[in-house]
Amino acid sequence: MSNFISGGFKAYLYRDLLLSVRDKTDLVKPLIFFLLIAALVPLAIAPEAQRLAKLAPGLIWMLAVLATMLSIERLFSDDLNDGSLEQMLLSPNLLIMPVLGKVTAHWLVIGLPLTLLSPVIGIWFSLPSVAVIPMMLSLVLGTAVLSLIGAVGAALTLPRQGGVLLALLVMPLYMPVLIFGSATIQSAVDGLNWIGPLAMLAAFLAIAIALCPLAITAGLRLAKNG
Amino acid sequence: MKLNVQWTWFHRLGSPRWFYQKTQRWLPWLSLVMLTLMVTGLVWGLAFAPPDAKQGNSFRIIYLHVPASIVALAGYYFMAIAGAIGLIWRIKLSYMLMRSAAPIGAALTFIALVTGAIWGKPTWGAYWVWDARITSMLILLFLYLGVMALRNTYSNNEVADKAAAILSLVGMVNVPIIYKSVDWWQTLHQSATIKLTGAPSMHPDMFMPLVVMILGFYSFYAVSLFLFTRAEILRRECRTSWVKQLVTHNLVEK
Repeated sequence: MSNFISGGFKAYLYRDLLLSVRDKTDLVKPLIFFLLIAALVPLAIAPEAQRLAKLAPGLIWMLAVLATMLSIERLFSDDLNDGSLEQMLLSPNLLIMPVLGKVTAHWLVIGLPLTLLSPVIGIWFSLPSVAVIPMMLSLVLGTAVLSLIGAVGAALTLPRQGGVLLALLVMPLYMPVLIFGSATIQSAVDGLNWIGPLAMLAAFLAIAIALCPLAITAGLRLAKNG
Repeated sequence: MKLNVQWTWFHRLGSPRWFYQKTQRWLPWLSLVMLTLMVTGLVWGLAFAPPDAKQGNSFRIIYLHVPASIVALAGYYFMAIAGAIGLIWRIKLSYMLMRSAAPIGAALTFIALVTGAIWGKPTWGAYWVWDARITSMLILLFLYLGVMALRNTYSNNEVADKAAAILSLVGMVNVPIIYKSVDWWQTLHQSATIKLTGAPSMHPDMFMPLVVMILGFYSFYAVSLFLFTRAEILRRECRTSWVKQLVTHNLVEK
């Protein structure tokens, strides 16, 4: 019984992580994108520490949203192309678990490294050091939500392989995460209590873990037919 | 046996042909109701309602702005629920209604945004303010456009319907969350004027025309939904004998 429930999770988590490790460019691309866009900001706005510090909470979160969205596109498309998606859909296991395994792998490959890299961006944008820990906590929770919601969009747009359509579907759904994510950092900068918005992110994550896999699996079943 | 009798209406409701014939009979009456309500509401609101103490006559755009916003938001729920009914009971008609609801809802959201911007200029001194409700209406517009875009990417009707239904359900869960989160960084917008519980904070002379306009917009929504869905039915059922009969019959009459 335990194998029926958790077997798919572990297997797909391990498989996707292994694939990412073997193909290192995939692993590094979103992170380079994250740093590159961050480097454009001072060039486009102004290299003044004060101004950048004011924008930092929102900018860091916008970069995280963009980097996650660009990488989520390929979550299922490679599997569709090489036929392993069909195998996953045919397997007798609960489909939710393999899907959660894949999304978790995506988060470990994208969300977690982004979080670990974020202090660099914080330094670039002269973010006050009190806000670094809240920033990392908000990114850990928030990027997981972004991966889950993004996977819904990726599954629904699978026959078209994402693109602009994916952005159109997913961006409106990302807004609450963006609001509370940057609010966490902003509260910490202002010396307010930042646990509140962080708790909201944790609540979003709980809802997303419960509901998103249902939509993802329904979308994948459709994509096979469409 | 009794159970059968009770459920026949539900299955008949799912028949596109039944819907097409019924709406043909309903449409003239419904259009009449819509016209009466809208003309009454507009004339009453624009010409007879007293001007606002602070905003003068500029507040009168409320008679377009508020009904459009309310129906746009309700339209999203209608679309998502129609999608859910389609997914659960596999009713074709439900998907057709869902598909028709998307462009109407998007148009109403757009009207709400534009009238809001026009109203904002004299009231706040700017066409666009990033306040909570404007922002969530903008997100609602993107949600509608997403459903429409997703619906159009699939060539297979059945798959497209299901995908759009799933997306609108995901959106339905998110609409209250988006609303509340945007509300959280709330700024300029006045708090809700109409409350279902308790007396409205508007004077009855101003409030009654608004109620008439809201009802008028709902009937406008119903009329346009019927028209869109009837076109959709003809498009999808063009191979069935009753549609062929209908078309040839119309041609012979002319």
